[in-house]
Amino acid sequence: MSASVTESRLTRRFEKLKEKNRAALVTFITANDPDPKLFRQLLEGLPTAGADIIELGMPFSDPMADGPSVQLSSQRALLAGVSIDDVLGAVADMREWEMDTPVILMGYYNPIYRYGPAEFSEAAANAGVDGVIIVDLPPEEAEELNHHLRANNLHMIFLAAPTTDETRLPRVLDHASGFVYYVAVKGVTGTKSADISEVSARVAAMRKQTDLPLGVGFGIRTAAQAAEMAQFADAVVIGSAIVDIITDGIDGDRRPQPGLAARVLDFVKDLANGVQTARLGGAENASTGAGA
Amino acid sequence: MAEASNTYRDGPDDMGHFGLFGGRYVAETLMPLILEVERAYDDACADPSYAKELDSFRTTYAGRPSPLYFAERLTEHFGGAKIYFKRDELNHTGSHKINNCLGQILLAKRMGKTRIIAETGAGQHGVATATVCARFGLECVVYMGAKDIERQKPNVFRMNLLGADVRAVEKGSATLKEAMNEALRDWVANVDDTYYLIGTAAGPHPYPTIVRDFQSIIGEEVREQMEAAEGRLPDTLVACIGGGSNAIGLFHPFLDDSDVRLIGVEAAGKGIDTTEHAASISGGNPGVLHGNRTYLLQEDGGQIRDAHSISAGLDYPGIGPEHAWLHMQGRVDYVSATDQEALAAFQLCSKLEGIIPALEPSHALSYVGKIAPELSADHLIVMNLCGRGDKDVFTVADALGTEVGAES
Repeated sequence: MSASVTESRLTRRFEKLKEKNRAALVTFITANDPDPKLFRQLLEGLPTAGADIIELGMPFSDPMADGPSVQLSSQRALLAGVSIDDVLGAVADMREWEMDTPVILMGYYNPIYRYGPAEFSEAAANAGVDGVIIVDLPPEEAEELNHHLRANNLHMIFLAAPTTDETRLPRVLDHASGFVYYVAVKGVTGTKSADISEVSARVAAMRKQTDLPLGVGFGIRTAAQAAEMAQFADAVVIGSAIVDIITDGIDGDRRPQPGLAARVLDFVKDLANGVQTARLGGAENASTGAGA
Repeated sequence: MAEASNTYRDGPDDMGHFGLFGGRYVAETLMPLILEVERAYDDACADPSYAKELDSFRTTYAGRPSPLYFAERLTEHFGGAKIYFKRDELNHTGSHKINNCLGQILLAKRMGKTRIIAETGAGQHGVATATVCARFGLECVVYMGAKDIERQKPNVFRMNLLGADVRAVEKGSATLKEAMNEALRDWVANVDDTYYLIGTAAGPHPYPTIVRDFQSIIGEEVREQMEAAEGRLPDTLVACIGGGSNAIGLFHPFLDDSDVRLIGVEAAGKGIDTTEHAASISGGNPGVLHGNRTYLLQEDGGQIRDAHSISAGLDYPGIGPEHAWLHMQGRVDYVSATDQEALAAFQLCSKLEGIIPALEPSHALSYVGKIAPELSADHLIVMNLCGRGDKDVFTVADALGTEVGAES
């Protein structure tokens, strides 16, 4: 694409990690889930706990591509109350003390469409957001938003799926920016387990067609699974497994139990440890070499 | 066909857009499947044997053509325009939904799919889908809101008899919107063997076009039948609108007949000025949901609102994208009728014509009752009686404070 974003907090982070020969850990939480206070605690703790990239869910009433875990977390956030401005406000506050960790927003198009694609892109850039993933905007429909994102130096991150065939993949890669997010399972988030050999074969095939970093998400739940993926992928995304800890740690009125933030962050530390040590010591993986 | 600019009938464009509306707003996992459906549909349209097979099933299985009936007593009652009913409630399964299901099941068969999923509101589409799945020996899973299961029990039982697996969706308002979310999630997870048989003229391209094409048999028959009955085209067509499949099927063959007035009746629930209605055009704004851009009931922040209608088939916060476009073009007038107005029309039709209509077309009839008295006796109205009311007797009894089964 013309005028694509070539230099950003996100590209710098991937370059740094490439030098260290390790993958990025991308952690997903939903903004204001289960309430603004716990969300802010998590946001504050994630960089130290080892999240290399923070993905924030912008809740939508009808999250069609998400499984039960993220659906519940979206519902909780909507009950707690959350607008696009709330999400951007939290990012802007974070940027006062954390300048290096990229933040990408994940959501569905309608709230952004209502906000205004131009207005949203400008506000997101001002808040210190680095990229967006809009689940229901395939390349065919994305330009309405993407040209505003590019004008504000924001990445639009596209998904490639197991169903994305050879004829279609170039179209997705042509639009991709920041990194390519490979959906590791045929299904919604958090419902199936990713098959490591299938995923590594697809990632290896995609490497031949793009220089962009390749991330893998959907169906990765444990530090061990994250470590396996981190051997060949440039980024590993964990969402539902983190969100489930929140689901299990609140009462019927969405009040967090004492120590919930620490439990979530401890899990992130485990994941980070798995990702950071994935390529150390063990047998050298043929496809290693984060990057093209 | 060359003079495309003078027609309302050449949409959508290659990307599935009707002007601002329509499109393919789906997750990447589904995108290749939707493209595959589009290719398969184009192939089928180019294959005369497909049309022939569909035609045969329409005649011998669905019972088409459905009659055009002169509703003499209602005409007398309203004392104005001459009112005709297009009797699509006489189709096999009791509504217009079979028109679309026959077309799509033959498409799914061509594609080699073995498992069919569908969403349903009133259960009419679910029943029609379960019916064609039984006929063609395909596995059938129907997603239905828990609230709709409660108010449409007869249809749930029918689907079970037909061998379908009816899955209750408890989330949100537990109606059609959530059923569609769940069907889309199922499809993402079962892409290899599954065909999603969408029941209304909405969703990602090419579904709005496919459903419209299969439902257009309604309007095509009306053209011929009215020509035979009155020797001319009708003056006004009226149809109810949830997603809008029966309406687009009636309207589409007449879009370029500028003298024919087209009226779509949305469900106003407890009133357009309340928050409890399902009138996406009268009370909504453009937005993106379920794979297409269209008019939606939504909050300022873009969260989708729950719809409300006494009629489960109209209880949806969106509308098909071609309707959204026709509204913007000013070609079709979109109006609304409340729960109470529909209930009154339901009873009136039962008593005067001996036809118990579904609650959905009762909305259309209510509007016919508003305009007919003001029109002259040679004004021809056709209303699509798109479903029969057997499924609604419990809901209506409840609304009227009567207990069904308690013989007095």
